[in-house]
Amino acid sequence: MEVLLYTLLGFMVIGCIIAVEIKDLLSAVVSVGIVGICLSVIFLFLGAPDIAIVQVVVETLCLIILLRATVQRDDTTIYKYIESFAVATILIFFGVFMVLAYRAFEDLPPFGHPLMTVSQEYLKEGLTMTRAVNFVTSVLLDFRAYDTLGEATVLFVSILGALAVLRRRGRR
Amino acid sequence: MKGMSLIVRTIARVVTTFIFLYSAYIVVYGHITPGGGFPGGVILALGVMLLMLAFGREVPLRKLPEGRASVLDCLGALGFWAIALLGLTAGYFFLNFLGKGEPFRLVSAGTMPLCNISISVKVGVSLFAVLAALSIYRRFYPPGGEPPEDMSGG
Repeated sequence: MEVLLYTLLGFMVIGCIIAVEIKDLLSAVVSVGIVGICLSVIFLFLGAPDIAIVQVVVETLCLIILLRATVQRDDTTIYKYIESFAVATILIFFGVFMVLAYRAFEDLPPFGHPLMTVSQEYLKEGLTMTRAVNFVTSVLLDFRAYDTLGEATVLFVSILGALAVLRRRGRR
Repeated sequence: MKGMSLIVRTIARVVTTFIFLYSAYIVVYGHITPGGGFPGGVILALGVMLLMLAFGREVPLRKLPEGRASVLDCLGALGFWAIALLGLTAGYFFLNFLGKGEPFRLVSAGTMPLCNISISVKVGVSLFAVLAALSIYRRFYPPGGEPPEDMSGG
């Protein structure tokens, strides 16, 4: 199981590196798709089909928008300027992040043994309290409906903002 | 954009039916099988996007103009709020006030299917509105290649 996850993670890292390093923008967009599809397969193997569906669907939408945006441009190649100061800054911050993350992740519970204090109650009482077979939906729309309302509000406001910005430029 | 070739149009006409059917299934059965309002709404928007790519952007916009799409978007959001506020009349905010029913039945789990439907309308129509806005208001770079003068002013 863990070997499979590490293989998929390796594919994702390779896809990211190709997307950053390749010169053709269209190929970069296609290799970004590798990350999304590998993440979706990982969610499937971890037993989270809800999130896998969302991941596949949203990834498809984003890829189509990115493809439209890149195909419509004439010049789809990018030119690299490597600045040594930027590379040094990135490397230093990456090192600091790795040290801090190692110290922070030491205290986490091991893989496959999550802390189930509150969620155990949801699993025990969920079916009798909400009568919804899909526990994810019962948590999203009953126990934690405030969070879903917040997400819907965020989406609503962001789309209102996007429409307002696009419209303002379009009208002469 | 005038759309794509005859082969793409024919296949899109057949496949879009199944895409809409799958989206409706994911939304309505969201409390029984994996899925829910958000992925169902995005799949709905993707089906409309296929129509937009295959037939040109005018065909879906003729069925659902921009202003009406915005109204539907607000109606979906207001529906979710209304379900939450109706729970307030029965007790507290977001109370699942409808009858729970039997598990594994289509009509069960109280307000959850209604919430799923309103979220799917909201997500699908708003994503459609964004796609339409992206393709309608694409006047940043006209075909001549030069950007318009009033890029900064708007």
